[in-house]
Amino acid sequence: MFRSVTAGLKEQADMTVYVNGVATPAWDGETVASILLRVPNVGRQTPVSGETRLPYCQMGVCFECLAVVDGVSSVQGCLTPLKNGMRIERQRGRREVGQ
Amino acid sequence: MNYDVVVIGAGPAGMAAAVKLAKLGTSVCVVDEQPAPGGQIWRGVERNATSPVFNALGEDYQKGSFATAAFHAAGIDYQPSAQVWQIEDGWKVFLTAEGKSRCITAKAVLLANGAQERSVPFAGWTLPGVMTVGAAQILLKSGGMLPEGDVWIAGAGPLPLLYATQLLELGGKVAGYIDTSQKPSLKALSHLPAAWRDFPGLMKGLRWIWKLRRSGKLIRGIHNLRATGEGQLCQIEWESKGNTHKRDAGVLLVHEGVVPRIHETMALGCDHDWNDQQKYFAPRTDEWGQTSRKGIFVAGDAGGIGGWKAATVSGEIAGFGIARFLNIGIDAEKLRRDAALDDRRKRATALRPLLDALYAPPQTPIADDVVVCRCEEVSAGRIREAARASAPDVGAVKAATRCGMGPCQGRQCGYSVQALVAEVNNLPVGDVRFFNIRPPLKPVTLGEIATLQDVEL
Amino acid sequence: MDADIIVIGAGVVGAALAFGLARDGYKVKVLDGKNRDLRAARANFGLVWVQGKGVDAPAYSQLTHQSAELWPRFWDELANTAQVQIDYTNPGGLHYCLGDAEFEHRAAIATRINNAATSPEIDMLSRRDLEKMVPAVQFGPDVTGASYCRLDGHVNPLQLLDALHNGIAAHGGSVIFRHPVTDVKPLSTGFAVHGPASTLQARYVIIAAGLGTAELANRCDMNIEIGTTRGQILVTERLDPLLPFPASGLRQTAEGTVMIGATQEQTSDRGVSVNSATTLARRATRIIPALASVRLVRQWSGFRILPPDGSPIYAQSKSSPGLFAAVCHSGVTLAAAHAAIVGPAMINGQLDSELSEFSDGRFHV
Repeated sequence: MFRSVTAGLKEQADMTVYVNGVATPAWDGETVASILLRVPNVGRQTPVSGETRLPYCQMGVCFECLAVVDGVSSVQGCLTPLKNGMRIERQRGRREVGQ
Repeated sequence: MNYDVVVIGAGPAGMAAAVKLAKLGTSVCVVDEQPAPGGQIWRGVERNATSPVFNALGEDYQKGSFATAAFHAAGIDYQPSAQVWQIEDGWKVFLTAEGKSRCITAKAVLLANGAQERSVPFAGWTLPGVMTVGAAQILLKSGGMLPEGDVWIAGAGPLPLLYATQLLELGGKVAGYIDTSQKPSLKALSHLPAAWRDFPGLMKGLRWIWKLRRSGKLIRGIHNLRATGEGQLCQIEWESKGNTHKRDAGVLLVHEGVVPRIHETMALGCDHDWNDQQKYFAPRTDEWGQTSRKGIFVAGDAGGIGGWKAATVSGEIAGFGIARFLNIGIDAEKLRRDAALDDRRKRATALRPLLDALYAPPQTPIADDVVVCRCEEVSAGRIREAARASAPDVGAVKAATRCGMGPCQGRQCGYSVQALVAEVNNLPVGDVRFFNIRPPLKPVTLGEIATLQDVEL
Repeated sequence: MDADIIVIGAGVVGAALAFGLARDGYKVKVLDGKNRDLRAARANFGLVWVQGKGVDAPAYSQLTHQSAELWPRFWDELANTAQVQIDYTNPGGLHYCLGDAEFEHRAAIATRINNAATSPEIDMLSRRDLEKMVPAVQFGPDVTGASYCRLDGHVNPLQLLDALHNGIAAHGGSVIFRHPVTDVKPLSTGFAVHGPASTLQARYVIIAAGLGTAELANRCDMNIEIGTTRGQILVTERLDPLLPFPASGLRQTAEGTVMIGATQEQTSDRGVSVNSATTLARRATRIIPALASVRLVRQWSGFRILPPDGSPIYAQSKSSPGLFAAVCHSGVTLAAAHAAIVGPAMINGQLDSELSEFSDGRFHV
């Protein structure tokens, strides 16, 4: 759905993150929310009906970009800059506790 | 930590105020949700200076570099990637950063937390692939992200034009641009006063619009726009002149203007006024930006939409106002005069009445089957049903339906619920109060709250 | 006459009384207050709770038991009448103990209650018993055990209130919103209920206006005293099912959110405080440490309605029979009894014979 302008200009990605376990190239300045828009099947599933959502506002308002980041649930993706080696998992509906 | 002033937000208003206050010798802490200063308008401006997107983002964006440089040079305690989740009398500002919460105290607090895009629910707006124009522009500023596939822009106001221009300049493509503004919109744009030339980016947008019109990609006079698809946006549909139109769509970017962020001032119990033209609440302030609560100041779009230039000026005014409040022996009135702040403000806001008139928020009733509360998935029909069976009170509707009870705490659905309650009860929208905003202002973990230090239990 | 019965107060007490009376065929009007009036019905925790209620007040204890027993049928009937979902379960409830002192204190209360009851109703569970009962939960090291009462349950109090309002309408009654009441005056037959909006007349009037009850009722020859404390409650984001049993101060709702409550504070301030959030979060995370990673979504406060001795007050004006007042702390637990027992007793003239222990006369003794 989105691609980075940088991707066409640089030979190598700025960093690698792991999205649902899959190594994914990423670019400086990206947030967790932008990864959710580039990689399939990582958008949150709502805790009400379970339907899939993707980031909507990118400015900390809508909470559609919630993700599990480095094992921490309900992280607001748009406020979380990517870091090399970061693990990002889909937040599936109601979150689990204590695992 | 104790400070004279805590400033919340490091956009144009917050930075301008903080720089002034630091120069006047007060101790200032700036708490910012973003990882770097600039706010949404100048998001990532420092990092992007060497990026291919920098030129395309335009002159107004590039000007942010000067503001952030001045900000860094002022010796301000800057707390990036930090969210304020509660403000208590005193003033105690509770914030969370990197999973840890703490409390800082200040004699005065400046809320410079900006605006958010107005939420206008329509059928299919929760589908993946639909997002706001502002969101897409932020993606451009953070990582140089461009939308791919059949990209549609639908909206009103300067931002969609600006974004479309930036997108095309970077080699992006647009399948179509739907102007949702009510007449006279673009026609009026062509008759705008010379002041418009303050906005080269928008002039480009205007040129682009003319180009678009010639190419047949500009669509106007439509109603009932909706997004369809199974679990993913596939098509958009609309009605125009009695016909239904359908187009393939991979990305739909929408925008219906911006409104102040008021959760903080609402939670603090500040008085607010209803702006009936733009259909939003804004905190009531005195001529220095002080709210009805002594020591709580507001600057920038958080106090009413004015754009970044007006935000900068109001930040400087609030800076002097706070210094005056702190009684540090300055002549704030003289400083204000010497800097010609009121003249500058007048210039910066000259276009606003025209823009506000041109881009009034859409007043189309929301169809019953449209989801209004995205978090709790509550439809307009359910909200109307609850509103019919209760007092003309958003609180009662919230209690009956859970709308506004999700993690966004009513930031997305607040005005829609208010409008629906007004509609059902045949009241002017402004007569219906906003949600009762309760802490925390951001969802903080129980662990962080439990391990707060220095809490008197 | 505008109605057979006017109920002043559309909270969970007034609405339950009205629902029961509307179902019995009376024409009922319920008057709700202003938008920002205090509303315990919207702030409360939602327990349908027996354990510990009326430990030294047998009549209150008995009424609580009756209501808890009536609750499943009341729930079923209300949900069907109102056509509204009401999340209610009664799996029994827990009271967690942290440290040995809390456990011993709780055990002493349980013994007193069990001795007074016809059959034992509270079990003291050791930590090991508790772990067996709730195997999915990892309890914190300070948890020494819990008391368990099989009669306890919990309900979504907001759905309950909404259902009562709809149920009243379904039985031909009505709830009039934004209709504050300034005075009640006896007429030759019945009463006039005055408010800024209008004056309404009815044969009977029941004042169930929470903390506002005393002011209206005591002008009409009743003797009602009500105290209050502020309670603050936290609610989290939605979680997978984690807590199969409601507990005092810690329950998971059907939606998945976890409610944590409630503080006891002497103040009239309507706000909330971080101090209280910290107090509540500390206890909750000591009971279940994994809750530390869960996000708090909302914090609010409400004001308890507390008769001086803790027991409900069901009173009738001595000089103006037909005018009643109903005030109690446990409006949710007692909702079933209010609908089935208390409302009918008022209108059928059986308050003195059946519920005399709850009269306002007891405060003169």
